Amino acid sequence: MRGRRAETLSATLLLLPFMAAFILFFLLPALQTLYLSLTESSLTRTSEFVGLANYATLIQDPSFWSSLGNTFYFSLLTVIPLTALGLVMALLVDHFAARHAGASAWLQGAFFLPYVLPISVMTLIADWMLQPSSGIVNHLLGMQRAWFSDVRWAMPVVAIATIWWTVGFNMLMFIAGLRNIPREQYEAAALDGARGFAVFRHITWPALMPVTITALVLQLIASLKVFGQTYIMTTGGPFNTTRVTLHYMYETAFTQSDAGYAAAVAMAFMFIVVALGLLQALLLKKRK
Amino acid sequence: MKTTPLHWTVIAIASALGLAMLWVAPLLWALSTSLRPEYETILPTLHLLPQRWTVEAFTRTLGAGNVPRWLFNSALVALAVTVVTMAISLMAAFAFSQLRFRGRNALFLLSMLALLLPFEALLVPLFRTMNGLGMINTYAGIVLPQVVSPMVIYVFRQFFDAVPHDFRDAALLDGASPLRVLWSVYLPMSGNIVWAMAIVTFIAAWNNFLWPFIIVTSNDMMTIPLGLTQTYDAFGVRYAQLMAAALLGAFPVALAYIVFQRRVTQGLLAATGLKG
Repeated sequence: MRGRRAETLSATLLLLPFMAAFILFFLLPALQTLYLSLTESSLTRTSEFVGLANYATLIQDPSFWSSLGNTFYFSLLTVIPLTALGLVMALLVDHFAARHAGASAWLQGAFFLPYVLPISVMTLIADWMLQPSSGIVNHLLGMQRAWFSDVRWAMPVVAIATIWWTVGFNMLMFIAGLRNIPREQYEAAALDGARGFAVFRHITWPALMPVTITALVLQLIASLKVFGQTYIMTTGGPFNTTRVTLHYMYETAFTQSDAGYAAAVAMAFMFIVVALGLLQALLLKKRK
Repeated sequence: MKTTPLHWTVIAIASALGLAMLWVAPLLWALSTSLRPEYETILPTLHLLPQRWTVEAFTRTLGAGNVPRWLFNSALVALAVTVVTMAISLMAAFAFSQLRFRGRNALFLLSMLALLLPFEALLVPLFRTMNGLGMINTYAGIVLPQVVSPMVIYVFRQFFDAVPHDFRDAALLDGASPLRVLWSVYLPMSGNIVWAMAIVTFIAAWNNFLWPFIIVTSNDMMTIPLGLTQTYDAFGVRYAQLMAAALLGAFPVALAYIVFQRRVTQGLLAATGLKG
């Protein structure tokens, strides 16, 4: 017979590859981020333990705060539109699912396809469409605006491109939420004479509440992690108005080789994201 | 619902068509651009369709520069990430789900911690680690940090937990090793979810921009999403060629999505914990 010892041995062997990768590429870097943030270090060398000095600098660093402000501005422009539009798309796909399954599948495909594109494909297409002189958007609007170097427009345009690119995923979550609503609830509502918008208000909307909370928080976390879009489309400009927190962290570490300070930025960023993740868990638990 | 009033149906059809057109228009415009000769992209008048149809942009993109090399790198990296992630995650999930050993729950919770901490915050020490291991500009350097996917383990573990224990006990009594049980008893039962997670992992690895951006500096080692950001230098402002390169870079994932639509959505939903 096999004993506990044999089972422990097998478990060790089965877990070894994953745990090795996990420790080397996640756990150690996570602990190192904390340690680095307390040192003065370059990208390749750790020099001096400086305690909380990096954090003291961080609190008074206007570049950090402006990058955080830009990050939240991007989130403000994306989170609610992405969630609301995702819901609208899901309702449309679901609306046709009952009687026109084929049309519904095409619709879902059209809304979701941009989501699977690599980020640089999305940005290349956006850049081409928004070219000042030959871009189709300016052609249609009859203007010659350089969208990405316009202080007022750079961030909203990045936000719109992001909405086009990623809304499909939120739609998917709402579709799953809609399919999880028991049919009996709709039948009962129909018996009670509820129609059209009343059904949505009293059955669909309350049932979708947990999905909506999940979508909002996941979207907020995703939006706070923005980096690629702004980096590729505007390289943080014009006048740093689109330089987001991760961009600032990247610059500090990789162009100024100030890894200690970059780690402090990373810790601040991590704190915000983890707090939001916990908030979501809390909100969902409360509703259960 | 059978009682939907007519005006709702009209509104639904109109907004569905309008939104769908808005959503595919940029892709169609990119396709239309890629099928033109270069001079047509800078004409002062706008034509939705090419005046002269040509695949020149595609042949030039594939014939010159680094695009084929980047596509090859992406294929290699995405396949390696997928195979390794699936292998180590299946083994780990099986151990977490089916084997009894000390510290099992603690280890599992520790790995799940990675779901909470953003990868982006670990970039600096991760770069230092890889630098120390001499893995800058290597395939191993691009692949390895991407294979740590606690989410995949979580999904697999949930799946394994739902399998009745009798299957495992019977096989173990017959003297089969745990790896053997995983391979010939559990895997065949979990085919769907393994495929779903594999396709989602492949698409994510193909599309990953941030990590290759950090770890790769040489043109030869770039993956296509990274390489595409360099194409201005390579092509100048040649939009037909840029759009051709973009479409070539998107083709494998778009194809994977179109062919495996259901699995992609199933995998993504499993990943967010909305559906097992």
